[in-house]
Amino acid sequence: MPDPLLQVDRLDAFYGDFQALFGVSLAITAGEIAAVIGANGAGKSTLLKSIVGWMPARRDAVVFQGRPIGGEPANKVTAAGIALVPEGRRLFASLSVEENLVIGGQLKRPGPWNLARVYKLFPVLAEKKHNPATSLSGGQQQMVAIGRALMSNPLLLLCDELSLGLAPIIVKEIYAQMASITAEGLAVIIVEQDIGQALKIASHICCLQVGRVALEGAASGLTRQEIGAAYFGV
Amino acid sequence: MDWVNTIIQGLLVGGLYAMFAAGLSLIFGVMRLVNIAHGDLTVLAAYVAYSIIAATGIDPLVSILLVVPIMAVIGYALQRALLNRTLGNDILPPLLVTFGLSVIIQNGLLETFSADSHRLIAGPIEVASFGLGGIYVGALPLLQFGLAVAVIWGLHLLFYRTALGRAFRAVSDDQEVARLMGLDNRHIYGLAMALSLAIVGLAGVLLAIRTNFDPAIGPSRLIFGFEAVIIGGLSSLWGTLAGGIILGVVQAAGAHFDPGWQDLAGHIAFLLVLALRPRGLFAK
Repeated sequence: MPDPLLQVDRLDAFYGDFQALFGVSLAITAGEIAAVIGANGAGKSTLLKSIVGWMPARRDAVVFQGRPIGGEPANKVTAAGIALVPEGRRLFASLSVEENLVIGGQLKRPGPWNLARVYKLFPVLAEKKHNPATSLSGGQQQMVAIGRALMSNPLLLLCDELSLGLAPIIVKEIYAQMASITAEGLAVIIVEQDIGQALKIASHICCLQVGRVALEGAASGLTRQEIGAAYFGV
Repeated sequence: MDWVNTIIQGLLVGGLYAMFAAGLSLIFGVMRLVNIAHGDLTVLAAYVAYSIIAATGIDPLVSILLVVPIMAVIGYALQRALLNRTLGNDILPPLLVTFGLSVIIQNGLLETFSADSHRLIAGPIEVASFGLGGIYVGALPLLQFGLAVAVIWGLHLLFYRTALGRAFRAVSDDQEVARLMGLDNRHIYGLAMALSLAIVGLAGVLLAIRTNFDPAIGPSRLIFGFEAVIIGGLSSLWGTLAGGIILGVVQAAGAHFDPGWQDLAGHIAFLLVLALRPRGLFAK
């Protein structure tokens, strides 16, 4: 097995006295698409926050390309090649669509992604590039958030609840673009409550249950029953 | 004609208030920090200029070229070493710390320079004026007003046309996500404070040429700054310019009526705006 791109090793996370993650371990190799699934409050978002440096973490609990980065500030983590599409999109309200994309690429990491490529992926954004980002529809805003993350030319893309608050048809549209997003070997971790879409494209599944890994393995090796049991904890 | 002159003088002074207030509003906009020491920092800038002039004998207007970078460096260092530590979800720590800073600056200046009031002497330009059909406009106030408009215009371009301005806006919108973009918010805040104090340096020297200054005068200037910002509306730079001008004109009109009414008229105008349009006249 090749060296993992990202190795999460016995990660604990706390909100004050409340422990949200208990020794979560997870590995992802370059080019792989992993889905982290679980019910509300299972710790999925906390896991992503710990990876990008929004939450304190033990130094060697997060290892990226062989380098321990746990607890590093988020700007350093992005520079290393991890990008997050945050839950609720969180676009910069006072920036236009294009400015949101440009600021995503302001580190100027080399790679295949640039403005032209993002506009090719989501042509509707090119038409609205001068509009305030938050004036767009929910689905279009999600496209901006994905484009903004891609602009940093990451090696690993983290997507937190892409489907949240979007119509099923829009969700389908966005997931349909995942193939062209990952064509050059970008690794992706998708966090979803709505597991249908995630399971279709993921090669690796990790199911969290109240802060612990309940089930993990190659998507092909897991049955619906096993996943359902791990998801609901029955 | 008398009244026209009064209004023009007020308008020109208002530009200076606006310049000073723009620094205040910039900091509040980028990092939600209300800098209580802002007025004292203009006084500090005046004393920096005073010291440079005493040591080298250069013209006060030339000393601006040194005071502005010195204040910018002080601003960056102050932000990185002290003020960044006070920022968080609570608005109280930065208020208390900048209040403390205000006291320290006042007493430090008192200790070093005594309580005597000073003025920077700019020479013949102070009395030069242009006459236009009975209206007289001083060269110096006109220069000050021109610089104020240039500063506000420059800030506007910086905010909406440059990468740094984009970073300022992004950090102001959502500093957590801004970090995801690779922006180090501590550094961005440092740059914003450097810019604010660079403007303070310019405004401080211009004010010191116009009126006397002493170590205790900072807080009353801070009030003019706040008033200009709030009259204009918090989020608008051009609003701040308008706010400063309104304040200047009302003060001049008050003084024309009765010299004792100068400050009071400004405060009353401010209270009226606060009562009728609490978000300011030009809020977006």
